[in-house]
Amino acid sequence: MLEFILERGNYWAIIGLMMIGLYIAFAATNLIKRLVGLGLFQTSIILFYISLSRIDGGTAPILYGADLESGHGDSEGVEAVAEAGHGVADAAHSGAGELVNIYSNPLPHVLMLTAIVVGVATLAVGLAIVVRIREAYGTVESDEVQEMDLSVALAEAVDEVGETQAASGAGAI
Amino acid sequence: MNSDHHVILRVVSKALIPVIALFGFYVQFHGDFGPGGGFQAGVIMAVAIILYSLIFGIAAAMRAITPGFVRGLAALGFLLFAGVGVWALIQGGDYLDYDALLGEEPGGHHGQHLGIMLVELGVLFAVSGSLVSIFYAFAGRVSEIRDEDW
Amino acid sequence: MIDLIASLVPSSIAVHAPILLVLAPMILAPVAALMPNGRIAWLLSILATGTSLVMAIVLLSQVRSIDGGAIISYHIGGWAPPAGIEFRIDALNSMILLLITGIGFLASVFCWPSVVAEIREAKRAMFMAAFLICFMGLCGVASTGDAFNLFVFLELSSLATYVLVALGSSRDRRALPAAINYLLMGTIGASFFVVGVGFLYAVTGTLNMADLAVRLQDVGDNKAVLAGYAFILVGLGIKAAMFPLHQWLPNAYAYSPSFITMFLAATATKVAIYAMVRFLFTVFGLDFTFEGSSLIWILMPMGIAAMIACSFQAAFQTDVRRTLAYSSVAQVGYMLLGISLATTAGVSAGLFHMLNHALMKGALFMAIAGIVLTYKGTSLNDFRGLGRSAPWTMTAFAIAALSLIGVPLTAGFQSKYALVDALFESGWSWAVAVVMFSSLLAVVYMGRILEAAFFRAPINPNKKHKEAPLVILIPLWILALANIWVGVQGGFVSGLANDAAASLFIGGAR
Repeated sequence: MLEFILERGNYWAIIGLMMIGLYIAFAATNLIKRLVGLGLFQTSIILFYISLSRIDGGTAPILYGADLESGHGDSEGVEAVAEAGHGVADAAHSGAGELVNIYSNPLPHVLMLTAIVVGVATLAVGLAIVVRIREAYGTVESDEVQEMDLSVALAEAVDEVGETQAASGAGAI
Repeated sequence: MNSDHHVILRVVSKALIPVIALFGFYVQFHGDFGPGGGFQAGVIMAVAIILYSLIFGIAAAMRAITPGFVRGLAALGFLLFAGVGVWALIQGGDYLDYDALLGEEPGGHHGQHLGIMLVELGVLFAVSGSLVSIFYAFAGRVSEIRDEDW
Repeated sequence: MIDLIASLVPSSIAVHAPILLVLAPMILAPVAALMPNGRIAWLLSILATGTSLVMAIVLLSQVRSIDGGAIISYHIGGWAPPAGIEFRIDALNSMILLLITGIGFLASVFCWPSVVAEIREAKRAMFMAAFLICFMGLCGVASTGDAFNLFVFLELSSLATYVLVALGSSRDRRALPAAINYLLMGTIGASFFVVGVGFLYAVTGTLNMADLAVRLQDVGDNKAVLAGYAFILVGLGIKAAMFPLHQWLPNAYAYSPSFITMFLAATATKVAIYAMVRFLFTVFGLDFTFEGSSLIWILMPMGIAAMIACSFQAAFQTDVRRTLAYSSVAQVGYMLLGISLATTAGVSAGLFHMLNHALMKGALFMAIAGIVLTYKGTSLNDFRGLGRSAPWTMTAFAIAALSLIGVPLTAGFQSKYALVDALFESGWSWAVAVVMFSSLLAVVYMGRILEAAFFRAPINPNKKHKEAPLVILIPLWILALANIWVGVQGGFVSGLANDAAASLFIGGAR
């Protein structure tokens, strides 16, 4: 039982982080804190993918030593690496090892590079909106913002009812 | 403003910023055949500019590298990336097919080399341009948070 | 006509149609952003969406050239799938692409007066660039065959959407909280989707959707696949405003600039539903989805709950745009109900309703954009007497409203009829009663607006005969007449939906 838990330590950590992030994103009233929670949530997903890519004994996915020479004919610097790019992709996909050395799977790393960019962009847009909210409402607490909106909406509704009554009093044509 | 007590910061960062920028270029051009590349290099270049504006003030940084320029740089980098793809299309290959760039025989790798370099350059421009313009957009706003609000 | 337009495009370009469709807005977006003048950016956006529309037509004709629907596969960078990213167009994709590009083209034609009225001059070029990025992202989602690439395009379009919604703040500051709520919900949805894709990748080691479909069949019963399935369903459900996950939608639609409301209402949720259908039917496969995990007991109740609860909510709104936003969630319910039947007829009816809904909501929100331009307000009271002061705008509005209710001879009737037919065929006659009841509620909430517009005295008579400008009226009437055309002679559109549904049931593992 203990072994079962410890073996999957990374996943427990990821689940914990994910839930903490999700909880902050939902429960915090401060909009900045909610964005921080969102960032935590996204980071835990990045960790999830990265831990998927780990292979026991694998090194960084850059061909070296025997792999550079064997299998690709010419070992001429750049060209061999360009070729090897195809080789790594194939190997990562089929899971078969024509390669001599063990490499960890590079694909999740590449995917997460994209996800990081998306996360940064989301955070930038979110913070920009929060800055605008601060300017328009004078607060970054979402419950205070909600209260202000509610009072505006109530005032509008009262106007609405008044106008409707006035209109029906005048008699619809 | 008495800036005397910032003198160490200013001297150190004056020495550091060129090195950071140089390291950015190293990462950029090393990205052809090893770890590195436009994304990381773009961030490093942006860091150099952001460090400069932290130490010497945002106004000075905006005078040296104008917000319009960084915005244009970001768009230009993106266009460079997409343009490589379109050039491959015009040459008769698929989109972003580097092998088709120079119209060489199968097995030739000059197109690959050129394509990766141009695309990485595009990424460098786009990343550094957009990161710096994000920084400008936030830091350039006039603060209206009063001290007692903190 | 489709083949005529397609034959005009040279074959050297037609070969690259899948990528050019996404590439045109992608390249023109930064160019538009650099333009000093918003008007040039607007013309560029028309050029980009127009190019995409032509490419979508070319793709449609290519797909229909073979009986049963061809599958066009385009390899980015010449890398063959499953290692490389593939753009994969079948009957379903080409249908969705035609929907997005058609609406996007009409939207970008009509938008200029509305943008001038609602967006500050310095921001207009950037605004159009953001619109193009949003459009490009939606097109990308509808054409890619790679699960992670789908996420990237989905987030690209969503990020642009958050910005566009927030820009409504110059008219009403409530756009800002609406935008941040949409951002939080949308990002959580997209992140859930990525977690799900991660589970599938962990099990199968591939991201290509066609390849995933094949490998998932070999995997069989697996807890990780189930977990991935749940994550993907919830994630896309948030994006598609599936019933309990729709809270972001009404405010985002009500406070964003009116042009953006029109574009989003007609396309954004549709694309998420497309992605959901693609995953449910193609990637996971029919057996897994509907027998393995009894999806029918999740999707169907949610669809029905949306149809009833949100129609009720729509009936109690005082703001016309909020009414229509709640009605959108209710209409998503119709589509989900059709899809949850898991028969060819049911899915076809759901997709048919999706196309028609884009036509009606496009026309309705376009008319509202015209009204906002001259009369500012969008509350029910502001609509009093508009039928007399702006007869052309409001007649088109009325046609689309009747179509939303489902009056015979309109598009809405055709698709609801198809849905009812499919429900009877599957023996769910009780669900027919729900559809009828929800349509009655639509009569109530649209009737209130029509009553105010046509049977009340105008509120300020001195503004009489102030129509929307011609550049709005023409696209508006194209959409309104399309509603009637589909209603009278709906063969073409229902044929698209039928082909798309059929292509799903042949099995994605071709």
